[in-house]
Amino acid sequence: MKKIVSIALLIAGAALLAGCPKKNNVSEPPTAGSQISGTSSGEGASTSASALGGDAASQGGDITGANGVGPLARKVIYFDFDKSEIKPEFAEVISAHARNLTSHPNLKMKLEGNTDERGTREYNIGLGERRAQAVRRALMLQGVAESQISTVSFGSERPAAEGDDEAAWAQNRRVEMVYVP
Amino acid sequence: MNKRFSSLLAIGFLLFCSRTWAQLVVEITKGQAEAIPIAIVPFESPGAAAAPFDVAQLVGSDLARSGRFNTMDRKDMVEQPHTGAAISFDDWRRLNNDYIVVGQVQTVDPDHFNISFELYNVLTRQRMLGYQFTANKPGLRLASHQVADMVFQKILGIRGAFATRIAYISVLGAVPHRQYRLIVSDADGENPHVVMQSNEPLMSPAWSPDGQNLAYVSFEDRLPSVYVQNLPTGERRRVSAHAGVNQAPAWSPDGKKLALTLSTRDGNLDVYVMDLATQALTRITDDPGIDTEPQWSKDGQTIYFTSDRAGGPQIYRVGIHSGDKPQRLTFQGSYNARPRVSPDESQLAFVTQEDGGYRIATMDLHGHGEVQVLTKGHFDVSPSYAPNGAEIIYATRDRGRGVLALVSADGRVQERLVSSEGELQEPAWAPF
Repeated sequence: MKKIVSIALLIAGAALLAGCPKKNNVSEPPTAGSQISGTSSGEGASTSASALGGDAASQGGDITGANGVGPLARKVIYFDFDKSEIKPEFAEVISAHARNLTSHPNLKMKLEGNTDERGTREYNIGLGERRAQAVRRALMLQGVAESQISTVSFGSERPAAEGDDEAAWAQNRRVEMVYVP
Repeated sequence: MNKRFSSLLAIGFLLFCSRTWAQLVVEITKGQAEAIPIAIVPFESPGAAAAPFDVAQLVGSDLARSGRFNTMDRKDMVEQPHTGAAISFDDWRRLNNDYIVVGQVQTVDPDHFNISFELYNVLTRQRMLGYQFTANKPGLRLASHQVADMVFQKILGIRGAFATRIAYISVLGAVPHRQYRLIVSDADGENPHVVMQSNEPLMSPAWSPDGQNLAYVSFEDRLPSVYVQNLPTGERRRVSAHAGVNQAPAWSPDGKKLALTLSTRDGNLDVYVMDLATQALTRITDDPGIDTEPQWSKDGQTIYFTSDRAGGPQIYRVGIHSGDKPQRLTFQGSYNARPRVSPDESQLAFVTQEDGGYRIATMDLHGHGEVQVLTKGHFDVSPSYAPNGAEIIYATRDRGRGVLALVSADGRVQERLVSSEGELQEPAWAPF
């Protein structure tokens, strides 16, 4: 009997108070991300780089690959399944960015590690971080200062390509090199 | 009482004020042969104003969805009694029903309804349950789930979990313009509402033990941070934003601490425990491999986690007091990750790799650690136990889309929750 009364009370209570508040934040979900300009695209490097373009111009050259040509324009390192070793074909790209960062000590780079969709999401964060760290170590071995590089892992949360097949997965197992202000 | 009251208030608000999102439709993909036959007779609604809601329909679909009941089709009912006195038991017995539920919905005023129902054993003619309560219009759905919970518990001796909620992540839009939403809905997918949205990934929702707060990871600053959001007020707090990784939050059973994954500057992930009041950290694991996906034991003294310290990911457990040596639990196969502890801690659910696919498996924590693979998909991840331990909700892919699915903890019943939009990920079942 006690239970019946309490259920009745609860539901009646909800009824009394269930009227919509006047534009109260109870039902308005917070929104994030939209106010962060230039960082919402999967290839975030392009917007970040163009923000740096002013500096580059004043120094008389394109130092972030924003003009879309040359090894500096390549900013994505791809990996084999379940691997974080850097394949030989990416040595030239990494060296070009290493030279660029050592000759411009004010430049900063963020390395964004990603995995394909397979496996558990949080463990993939670990794998993405491991890939970002592999690129970080390669850059530091070529003289880039530790303070110029930061890493972040998106795991499998930010795919570059959609699809449940190897063609998509190969594009998603990657580290994106992003010049940041 | 207080807790229950405020959560009902929250539900009341949300029922009225949230936008209606695409709802989930349940498809039972694998049933149970020995399901119990039961008839849920449509409830009578006398009076001029017809009841705005079919209570019996929802009670029946809840019970059928559990896979443990086989509900009688309405068109096969030769009569529709509304009280115990009107039941012709011999007729219902001939129609092979073990149980029958009859009831009424009476209009008190245009916004309030009295629901009364009775459960009878058809064979013994015994009245097993008789209840009456009042609900407002938006409360009728919750009230129906509560009727189903009572019938479920009375017949099976297991507490029903129909009147509970789930949280999950929904991703909308094509790469790279994706929108991530953290959604809370009823356990059957109805009444979905967005509690957080972002253009950057949201992941790993985790319920506080009192069901009032969700911890989750948000990349809204293009870096991961752990947030705690209070559901009734919407107020949220950033609780972890260390350099590097801030991931995989898990509430301690007393709700005062979070286990989570942090990293050193050179990217080594380890499990820590954070005191929520002081944000003081205690390091739990210390290994050069990836240590992550922590989960607490029932007594709050042990943490289960994933580690690839031995090569591939495997599940370990360690005491939270310093000096404890982690004990490896999984040995079968090359990939076992993301443990979840059943409510009675009799088993673990986790993701295992089998025949190239990722599937949901359970391991017996008593006895010999027997492993049972429950699903047959290729991308089955993120298992989460119902608070009664009877079912596990998980994420899978269906024709190229992320969907949520359910499997009974013994693997015998499977269902898919199909939504009309979005990639659904990482379901987390709320506590009672």
